[in-house]
Amino acid sequence: MKRLLVTLALVLPLMVSCTKKSDEILIGEYDSLTGSDATFGLSTNKGVRMAFDEINAAGGIKGKKVALKTLDDQGKNEEAASATTRLITQDKVIAVIGGVASGRSKAAAPIAQANKIPFVSPASTNPDVTKIGDYVFRVCFIDPFQGFVMAKFATENLKLKKVAVLRDVKNDYSVGLADVFVTEFKKMGGEIVADISYQAGDIDFKAQLTQIRSKNPEGLYVPGYYTEVGLIAQQARQLGIKAPMMGGDGWDSDKLSEIGKDAINGNYYSNHYTVESTDPAVTEFIKKFKEKYNETPDALAALGYDAARILAQAIERTSDMSSKSIRDELSKTKDFVGVTGKITMNENRDAMKSAVVVQVNGNQRKFITTIAQ
Amino acid sequence: MQDFVQHIINGISLGSIYALIALGYTMVYGILKMINFAHSDVYMVGAFGAYYIARAFGIEAQPGIGSLAILLVSSMIACSILGLAIERFAYRPLRNSPKLNILITAIGVSLFLEYSGQAVFGADPKVFPEVMTDHTLATIFGVDLKSFDLTVLGVSILAMLGLEFLIYKTKLGKAMRAVSANASVASMLGMNPDRIIAFTFVVGSALAGIGSVLVGMKYPKIDPLMGMMIGMKAFVAAVLGGIGNVGGAVLGALIMGLSEEMVVAYFSSTYRDALAFGILIVILIFRPAGLLGKYSVEKV
Repeated sequence: MKRLLVTLALVLPLMVSCTKKSDEILIGEYDSLTGSDATFGLSTNKGVRMAFDEINAAGGIKGKKVALKTLDDQGKNEEAASATTRLITQDKVIAVIGGVASGRSKAAAPIAQANKIPFVSPASTNPDVTKIGDYVFRVCFIDPFQGFVMAKFATENLKLKKVAVLRDVKNDYSVGLADVFVTEFKKMGGEIVADISYQAGDIDFKAQLTQIRSKNPEGLYVPGYYTEVGLIAQQARQLGIKAPMMGGDGWDSDKLSEIGKDAINGNYYSNHYTVESTDPAVTEFIKKFKEKYNETPDALAALGYDAARILAQAIERTSDMSSKSIRDELSKTKDFVGVTGKITMNENRDAMKSAVVVQVNGNQRKFITTIAQ
Repeated sequence: MQDFVQHIINGISLGSIYALIALGYTMVYGILKMINFAHSDVYMVGAFGAYYIARAFGIEAQPGIGSLAILLVSSMIACSILGLAIERFAYRPLRNSPKLNILITAIGVSLFLEYSGQAVFGADPKVFPEVMTDHTLATIFGVDLKSFDLTVLGVSILAMLGLEFLIYKTKLGKAMRAVSANASVASMLGMNPDRIIAFTFVVGSALAGIGSVLVGMKYPKIDPLMGMMIGMKAFVAAVLGGIGNVGGAVLGALIMGLSEEMVVAYFSSTYRDALAFGILIVILIFRPAGLLGKYSVEKV
């Protein structure tokens, strides 16, 4: 019953907008509005909606209002694919904004590519997503970039010389970050004293940590997910390891400090954006978002907002609003001042941008620095 | 030297948790000659039972031995009831059917618990409340002896001694051994095998309950699939020591805990599980009944 109501609530306004007017630009979006990672989808959707509302309030694109059609993928790959098909073939949208999960982007983007409709993913960080074709773009950085960011941070900000790496071998994301970190850190003159692995789902890391302790590193790079990282931090503390830990956006959860308790405090990770930033673009965005939705925007809302605005600007720059020219203009995006940093599309249609490094302190995240490519 | 002592302590601490779960496998096998695959999920339910009770009674606000005792008892009760229900409704109706049917039912019960656990508790990991505060008790060879490790070891040893007493010094234990040796003869001599078997499930599940609280205390992250890997390891430990043999399960679990630790320490962490299971294969080739198991020839 609840799902029916949700569906109705979503579908009814869409039915109204189905009566397509020629003075409207219809843009499609699919996201996980229900399902296990619904918080991701709902956040992104809020960011996207806010961007288009602002654009419409300012007169729209080329004098035409933007209409957004959002479909729910229920957190399933096949639903993402069918939503994309529906948006393109039935609703005839001129561009699609994709959802968060890389897996679902991999299912949906090939359809957009086959129909030659520009596809912009706000937050799919897996490197393979944009390799699908020349109509697929993303506004977030790719996984390996975070490895580079932390190597630079460790060398330049923390002035570390000897670092140990503890990676999750079961997880492509973690392996990708760790590999890049190791290469970059060595290039910058550092030494990797230990490169050890664990597996997602493990609960005991003391063997690995005891071995790391004997190497006496000045820092630990642990690019895993928050559940394991919390336990690792605690066990490292129990073994008397005091070197700071570093990680990637897989740490970004309130559960991190619930699991890690005090032991996780003072450690660093890279992320897309932080609410603590003093950048005027960010503070302005947070202010407007709070006014509209009465909540603090997370990184996904910020990425959704940037994705929608980059797309809108690209459409504005075209002469004929054809898919081909939107695609061309998207690929020419340069120095776009977004909430999540200054964005330039590279030749792989991936966003070249900066990342922020934050320090954990309970549920607070202290902004430390911004690191660019 | 410091590292070596640390590895030994880590390994024994891990092994004693495996032992608590391995005992449940070995007891049920000893009496029914069946592998209760749902055992590791009973352990999972025990952890969640303790989690919800701790939250309901606000135990997390006052860590200490008392809270630990309350959680241990409540988790033991939750696990016992579940173990009893599984035996009564899933296994007992199949008692006289072929062994394969019961085995498949056990796998079914296991999956049922894992996936209904995800539906009821949610698939995301929960944070187990702080039952005790960890502090350093003593330092040997430059290695800190933590109160967590000692509590885990102490509670495990107490539970195992209790089990030993139950099996060898009480009438009920004698009945369990009798049913294990030959259920039909035992029933001819006035024992009720159904009740004895049910009791075995209660004891085995209660041990899993103890294990779950100790794990929750030491590694404060619980989720509905937490039983899968630890259950597999404990099962291997039981087979390694000689399934059906209580002392063997403890020995096997300690070997598993220590060998895993040493593999990571002096070899490669990637091969940890591979080597742990490799040891099992080697031992089974040379001693098919396990280290302490008796190889009995079936008379025709």
